[in-house]
Amino acid sequence: MNHSIALPVVLPALTACVLLLAAGNDLRRQRLVSLASVIGLGAIAIGLFAGAAGGPQAYLVGDWPAPFGIVLVLDRLSALMLLLTAAVGLAALVYACGGWDARGRHFHVLFQFQLLGTNGAFLTGDIFNLFVFFEVMLIASYGLVLHGGGAWRLKAGFQYVAINLVASTLFLFAVGLIYGVTGTLNMADLAVKVSSLPEGDHALLRTGALLLFTVFAVKCALVPLHWWLPQAYSAAPAPAVALFAILSKVGAYAIIRMHTLVFSADPAGVSTTLQAVLVPVAALTLAVGAAGVLASRSILGLAAYSIIGSMGTLLIAAAGLEPRQLSAAIYYLLHSTLVGAALFLLVDMIAASRGRAADRIVPGRMAHARVLGALYLVAGMAAVGLPPLSGFIGKVAILESVRGGPIGALAWGVILGTSLLLIVGYARAGSTLFWTPPPSPVGLVRARSLPALPTAVVVTLLAATAMLSVSGASVLTISAATVNELLTPGGYIRAVGLGSSPGPE
Amino acid sequence: MELLVASAIGLLTAVGVYLTLRRRTLPVTIGLTFLSYAVNLFLFSMGRLAVDQPPIVSTGRAAYADPLPQALVLTAIVISLGMTALMVVMAIRGYLETRSDEAAVRPGDAVRDFGGSTARTDA
Repeated sequence: MNHSIALPVVLPALTACVLLLAAGNDLRRQRLVSLASVIGLGAIAIGLFAGAAGGPQAYLVGDWPAPFGIVLVLDRLSALMLLLTAAVGLAALVYACGGWDARGRHFHVLFQFQLLGTNGAFLTGDIFNLFVFFEVMLIASYGLVLHGGGAWRLKAGFQYVAINLVASTLFLFAVGLIYGVTGTLNMADLAVKVSSLPEGDHALLRTGALLLFTVFAVKCALVPLHWWLPQAYSAAPAPAVALFAILSKVGAYAIIRMHTLVFSADPAGVSTTLQAVLVPVAALTLAVGAAGVLASRSILGLAAYSIIGSMGTLLIAAAGLEPRQLSAAIYYLLHSTLVGAALFLLVDMIAASRGRAADRIVPGRMAHARVLGALYLVAGMAAVGLPPLSGFIGKVAILESVRGGPIGALAWGVILGTSLLLIVGYARAGSTLFWTPPPSPVGLVRARSLPALPTAVVVTLLAATAMLSVSGASVLTISAATVNELLTPGGYIRAVGLGSSPGPE
Repeated sequence: MELLVASAIGLLTAVGVYLTLRRRTLPVTIGLTFLSYAVNLFLFSMGRLAVDQPPIVSTGRAAYADPLPQALVLTAIVISLGMTALMVVMAIRGYLETRSDEAAVRPGDAVRDFGGSTARTDA
């Protein structure tokens, strides 16, 4: 048994405890421990990513056999997500060390717990543990939203906690229904049991499964469940939001995982219903996101609505079970996570350099307008999907994969139409921020030197999207292999140690 | 008994949903507590309603209660207790800072700070 599969969960947990107990209030020591841990996490993720090429592997916690014990499963998709988490986590952490982490206590502890929950959600092979890791991730994120304090954060945080608690309750209802019908919560075991479910239980299973997907839709901020996102993301400190870029992708990951593994060939018709609902909802999400970008009065709102829009684009492709579509979706997922993180960090830098105008889209004086303007241009191009950056390749791959299919016309119309809206929205905000002269010369901004570390982080993230574009072919090959593995769930089920003797309980 | 448990879960959920949709923070918190009670009962009943049966293998017994939902409920209780405590603290802090217990965010509440370099040290 490969014990290193448990490391992405164990390492942040231990680091958080060390930070809490040993590092005390010494910020420098906290930063060192936290950074070392995330770099270690990156190294582990690279190792696991290399190892996952050989097929899915299961880690039986405590060596209890599969449907009874807790199981962690590593396959290509989870390894890819671990790698992405480590990369975005490192960027967010370095940015936070630029000063955000000094605004309150325990930033690094919460950050590590957030990584623990996220990594766990990607690795777990059990729905109830998915719930538990979701909770770990969310509880840490509640703390991070409130980091820095202030009435605004408290109120926005209250709404964020409330909506997520409602979602957690729905999650438990769904888990209960699924357990009541099938008698198991292990995903691989579910995949086996669902295919041989008696006719009379189909309605209950469908209810449970669709409730579960509703919960994932809340995490993905799909319309009409998206209202929490702009407020929570504008209230939270920038490095936390950069990490949240991966948090909304956990919902997309869960949808892809459950859909391909458990419900891809179920007789209860969950997959058909899901696809029939998800595609129009995702299209609507994209439209709302684009309209929000166009209507935003602050650049924070603009960034938040672009996240919503990107989730729409992602799920238009990820709703189906067609391999090319899913492969394009995984590419777009990588791209939108990196760009989302870069965008929020950049918005924080721009708002900090504009004095009282802060993040409002009004003309105002700005320090370092040239550098920040150039970065905004690149980030905007990547987010909108203009060539030569990765957003373009992602969108082309999605459009290409749905061409001639049943959702082709809808997807082409919505994705191309909203791209235009997004371009206009970004151009409008950018020209107001960087080109319109301020109405009066009062309100001079103190010209501090441009903070080097945060700038370097944003540049690195944007360079990563450029790399994603340059090595587009090989990344698409990786995502095609990932999808190939997802769509033949036999390997996953066998790795967990089930499926050889499918039969009644 | 099925009817009793089912209607209890339904009533708790209805109360929870109603209170969660209120605009003040305390009713929302209590509503979420009701929702978690409902879901705990629901999870419990998913192991089938069985009276007076052991959850652990013992000699001479043919029927058993399902122990797994009980373990799930235990986890759910722990999480919802912690979350309720957090929500109460947030509601109180929100009231103390803004002198209003409304859950809505108003533009006047906005204390916006950007960039990491202007370090503050308060919690």
